[in-house]
Amino acid sequence: MSVNRRSFLKTTAGGVAAVAGAPLFSRTALAADTIDVGVLFSLTGGLSIIEKSLSDATLMAIAEINASGGVMGKQIHAISEDGASDPKTYNEKASKLVIQDKLATVFGSYTSASRKAVLPVFEKRNAMYFYPTYYEGYECSRNVVYTGAVPNQQLSNFIPWIIKTLGKKTFFIVGSNYIYPREMAKVCKILIEKNGAKWVADEYLELGDSEWGSMVNKIKNSGADVVLSNVVGDSVVAFYREFKNQGFTHDKLPICATVTSEIEIAAMGAEYAAGSYTSFPYFQAIDTPENKSFIERYRTYVKDPHAVTHHALCSAYFQVFLWKQAVEKAKATTADAIREGVRGQEFLSPGGAVKIEPENLHTWLTPRIAQWQPDGQGKIVDAYPAPIFPLPYSAYGETESNLFCTPKGVDPSKLKG
Amino acid sequence: MAEVFFIGLSVGSILLLVALGLAITYGAMGVINMAHGEMVMVGAYTTVMARIYLKLGLLASIPLAFIVTALLGLLIERVIVRRLYRRLLDTLLATWGVALLIQQAVRLEFGLSLIGIHIPGLGAGLQNVQVPEWLVGSTHVFGVEINAYRGFIILVTIAMTFVTWLIMYKSPIGMQVRAIMRNPKMAAACGINVERVNALTFAYGSGLAGIAGVMMSGFKTVFPDMGTPMVVDGFLVVVVGGLGSLFGTVAAAGLLGQLNGVTASLANDSLARAAVFAAVIVVIVLRPKGLFSYKGR
Repeated sequence: MSVNRRSFLKTTAGGVAAVAGAPLFSRTALAADTIDVGVLFSLTGGLSIIEKSLSDATLMAIAEINASGGVMGKQIHAISEDGASDPKTYNEKASKLVIQDKLATVFGSYTSASRKAVLPVFEKRNAMYFYPTYYEGYECSRNVVYTGAVPNQQLSNFIPWIIKTLGKKTFFIVGSNYIYPREMAKVCKILIEKNGAKWVADEYLELGDSEWGSMVNKIKNSGADVVLSNVVGDSVVAFYREFKNQGFTHDKLPICATVTSEIEIAAMGAEYAAGSYTSFPYFQAIDTPENKSFIERYRTYVKDPHAVTHHALCSAYFQVFLWKQAVEKAKATTADAIREGVRGQEFLSPGGAVKIEPENLHTWLTPRIAQWQPDGQGKIVDAYPAPIFPLPYSAYGETESNLFCTPKGVDPSKLKG
Repeated sequence: MAEVFFIGLSVGSILLLVALGLAITYGAMGVINMAHGEMVMVGAYTTVMARIYLKLGLLASIPLAFIVTALLGLLIERVIVRRLYRRLLDTLLATWGVALLIQQAVRLEFGLSLIGIHIPGLGAGLQNVQVPEWLVGSTHVFGVEINAYRGFIILVTIAMTFVTWLIMYKSPIGMQVRAIMRNPKMAAACGINVERVNALTFAYGSGLAGIAGVMMSGFKTVFPDMGTPMVVDGFLVVVVGGLGSLFGTVAAAGLLGQLNGVTASLANDSLARAAVFAAVIVVIVLRPKGLFSYKGR
């Protein structure tokens, strides 16, 4: 069979037209009875342990909304993609969801690295990304709704509480060596100095490194009376174990952590953490009917009677409801409609009332402090009376009366200080 | 100062614990065993599973983990490595593949999690290993406060090194291994069953990794990826020490451990890591065959 150039071009052109046409047809067919949204978490790779739980919580929220009648009478249809614990894959999958599937809304990401990797896709193509994790702040995108805590929501009652209630005066700040712990440390220092205490060290260990011998020895010789830990991931387990093995007790020199959650406590053994503190807006131990019911429904949904719930998981769940309310308010599913609709939306989440701040699309959350008990659960020892304002630029002097991040974007003139 | 020295000693002993098995498989057999880290991981999971199913503690898991990983090593040698002797880069790729298989087998619970069956103790999550009461906290030895678990690791490492030395230098099979290291063809010509000795050597090296896994499980995190960074550190030690030299491996582990401990104490841990890599680069530039090496095959 001979192929001349003309017939080759013809077939190819026809093929391209068919490929380009197919998604259009399927979209119009689907749009009649469902609303499509993207769900983008890592289902494989090193981060899949935690991101799988976020994906489950998102899908559970979608299932619950569908069971109670959907959004504006339409069922939600989730298109799941796997970020594979790799920022580059995240970017490719986000492009697929936004450009090929033409979705206006995607729920996803756990790490800041993966969020930064997908951000250009959402900003360039104008789609909305709902991000459920606590993060370091210093971001102000009009295409992202941030439903996890920013540094001021984990630290602004934690540090004064450590100083006033625990009576501690000298801080040793320790973290994993990447952007989140380093930004957290900046906010810590501002708050420590403002409250009349001092810090003696600001030290880092490489991410994933678990040789804590030298660091804990430094803590011993530093004269600090409290350790503020921004250590993340599997290093946490080795840190708490080394801490106890070098003869420390949490009643004399407590570890006060911002990231240590129920998952790490279970892995290290509760006896190593008993007596230490963590600050988060949500704990599994929150004693309200909403949370009890939430934990039960989640455990049924994932078919695991011992499944653990945590802060990012709670945000991954409630942000779907905030999106639903935004769609219903705007009566449209376009990105622009959702962005305007979600401003000021309130919801009663398993962790209490939450609200999207109209100015910066971050979320009002209630800071809580828990002390870890010998049974591996947190006991809530202090909670803010109400949700507090999210300030993504608090490390750079942002306050409620002087916002850096507004619907117009970030104000660069304020940032240089 | 004593504290800094002890930390360096402890870091060195942990390095040696992992490197000892590698020194044998890489040094003696010329196989770059990328699955060595996974052997450590399997050893750690043996501890987890032994507690759940056999109610065995950390100490009782040591012989068990040795047997489990030695058998797994024997299997890998028989099925894959045996066909790749004298093809250094191919062993690297093949054992890397084996490493991925073992990791995923643990993470996916041998594939059962895909059909909804869960095995407690396996899976993608972090696992908890209980440490005996007397190994938690610190004790005083000669007026110096010693971290009990780290002290225990040092003792186990010394014991393992001593046993390895006995086998390699004082037993008939050790003599055969050393003969094969020098010249496999000549050794075969002298009547040594090279295949059998190689298989046993590989199994022994894997078994040592299993013991290392038990020791790691008591103070690091047990999860499917835990072995990957360890194999890198292990190779650094073996390369610096020199191929096939037990003494070189011990010396290199001690040297790198102290360098790490001292730099971390004087400056910080990130710099300590860089200092270790810098030292390794200097050594392999000046002495490409490592600190202590002699002519092999």
